[in-house]
Amino acid sequence: MKFSLTTTALAGTLALVLGFAAPALADIKIGATLSETGPASFLGDPEAKTLKMLVEEINAAGGVNGEKIDLIVYDDGGDPNKARTFATRLVEDDEVVAVIGGTTTGTSMAIIPVFEDAEIPFISLAGAIEIIDPVRPFTFKTPHTDRMACAKIFEDMKKAGISKIGLISGSDGFGASMRKQCLEIIGEYGIEVLADETYGPTDADMTPQLTNIKGKDGVQAVLNPGFGQGPAIVTRNYAQLTVGLPLYQSHGVASDGFIELAGAEAAEGVRLPGTALLVAGLLPESDPQRAVVVAYKDAYEKATGKPVSTFGGYAHDALRILVDAITRAGSTEPSAIRDAIEGTSGLVGTTGTVTMTAEDHLGLDLSAFRMLQIEKGGWKIVE
Amino acid sequence: MPELLQFLLSGITVGAVYALVALGFTIIYNASDVVNFAQGEFVMLGGMITFFAHAAGLPLPLAALIAIIATAGIGVALNKLAIEPARGAPVVSLIIITIGASIFIRGATQLVFDKQIHRFPAFSGDQPILIGGATILPQSLWVIAGALAIFFCLWLFFTRTLIGRAVLATANNRIAAQLVGINTNYVMTLSFAMSAAIGALAGVLVTPITLTSYDVGLALALKGFAAAMLGGMGNPKGALVGGLLLGILEAMTAGYISSQYKDAAAFVVILAVLFAMPQGLFGRKSTDRV
Repeated sequence: MKFSLTTTALAGTLALVLGFAAPALADIKIGATLSETGPASFLGDPEAKTLKMLVEEINAAGGVNGEKIDLIVYDDGGDPNKARTFATRLVEDDEVVAVIGGTTTGTSMAIIPVFEDAEIPFISLAGAIEIIDPVRPFTFKTPHTDRMACAKIFEDMKKAGISKIGLISGSDGFGASMRKQCLEIIGEYGIEVLADETYGPTDADMTPQLTNIKGKDGVQAVLNPGFGQGPAIVTRNYAQLTVGLPLYQSHGVASDGFIELAGAEAAEGVRLPGTALLVAGLLPESDPQRAVVVAYKDAYEKATGKPVSTFGGYAHDALRILVDAITRAGSTEPSAIRDAIEGTSGLVGTTGTVTMTAEDHLGLDLSAFRMLQIEKGGWKIVE
Repeated sequence: MPELLQFLLSGITVGAVYALVALGFTIIYNASDVVNFAQGEFVMLGGMITFFAHAAGLPLPLAALIAIIATAGIGVALNKLAIEPARGAPVVSLIIITIGASIFIRGATQLVFDKQIHRFPAFSGDQPILIGGATILPQSLWVIAGALAIFFCLWLFFTRTLIGRAVLATANNRIAAQLVGINTNYVMTLSFAMSAAIGALAGVLVTPITLTSYDVGLALALKGFAAAMLGGMGNPKGALVGGLLLGILEAMTAGYISSQYKDAAAFVVILAVLFAMPQGLFGRKSTDRV
């Protein structure tokens, strides 16, 4: 016992000495507050795993500008209050030079003021357009917005000559927000909504709503903004009622899990906007995103044994943007990093090719989305 | 006309799900006056364990059986570890314990299994059955048949078996029941095992329709609870009728008025019924001797 105590003390002293010697080789401290647990854990968990995996990879390859990255990750459990506490801790105690995170819109909006005040660049991983509109000097984000998904869907409808649609949306946060975004821009595409139905996020049967849409004269297609199990049930009910019109789902269910839940037969012919990551293997060799998404997909699936998700891709892009900015800035001054992030140009990520400007802190255009169709239980790119 | 029929079939499908959950509340309530808010968790466990056993390569009936037995075991553990040690506590405290247990089970499931949504195949395929221009999935018939079968068994249990009457006696007066030789501890354990097994069976039947994940229990329990209150807590007939009524009400509101008001309309009717008949449609009148 005595021996082990002495050893511990010795080790502690050594660590202290080494610790004091360290500042000469200062690491680049990057912070993150993510929702690894809690209701948004299916988003935050792959994000955290991605960051840890990539930082290990970068450090093993010699770091950034010869300096290693020191990643500090906190789990806010999806709670904005906790996120704010961690944000303050990252700024004041950990003295990070940049922060990735805010898994959800709620946590992101809560911590933006902390980083704006401290003038530390912050890259959010949440969907809402409010994060970057209006533009704040130190706030950026990587995921495309719901509005862009709406635009992509409406473009595809217009090409198919569809001008009258039925809408069935989830009443949860995602469904309600996307419905609002879609209705705001639908006029620009000359498309009219003839039926506007909703369902609760835990409902087990949507046939009454779909029967009403089916019964409306003139409906040419149906759009279902939704998230979680709702869209899978809508798709199954849609097949059950043999509605027979094109069905569009949102990017919220762009995953292999959706086909599994809805069943390959019911999901046949469903169209939705998805990212290149989802169809990594289907991208033509000439596609600029192919190399990036295949590399990330393989590395992630090898490291975690789990299928890659769009959400992990957001974290991948955020770190790539940050590392690219630090490399170009040649400095770890937060303000220099901020300027470099804003100067990001033609960076190929998993969600698209990012080109930021002073007015655009997202830097993606509609080409970030691929219009996909489900065929025989798999995906097909249709454009 | 086909619309009305479709709304009705949808209502019956959803209603049978509610009724199955509501039936699970009956036994524990009858044995102890406790509304077990972990009942939805039993339904979730039934679905989740079946899915993972099935995914591991077991045939579906065997997976379902394992899920039902395992969930019954968890029900017994809940009684032994959480309810029995607090036996002297008032009913309200016991109800709060069940809420705590449901949060614990949800968290444990998230760690043991995962956070994804799952589904296993329907028992007799996905080919919809046409009835007069409307359609219903074969799985809905399974759910309806399951609800009827459980209802019948419960009715037999409470009226025709000695142990069923012992359960009712325990609820009525625990000390008097002990005096006439009823082992009330055994009755409580049995009622938790049976409730959990019924919940798990419900989970097995409804998962192909509703899908399952670690957090579906709460929503199911709330709807099942509303159905049980509407029909009369503790009465299997009330659970069945209450569930179907609630489902049909929701479907009709969604079909004819607006899907936005679906839940609101259902709860307004429940409030109205409880206002006129506080015991629910088939609830037993409680009379206290003064």
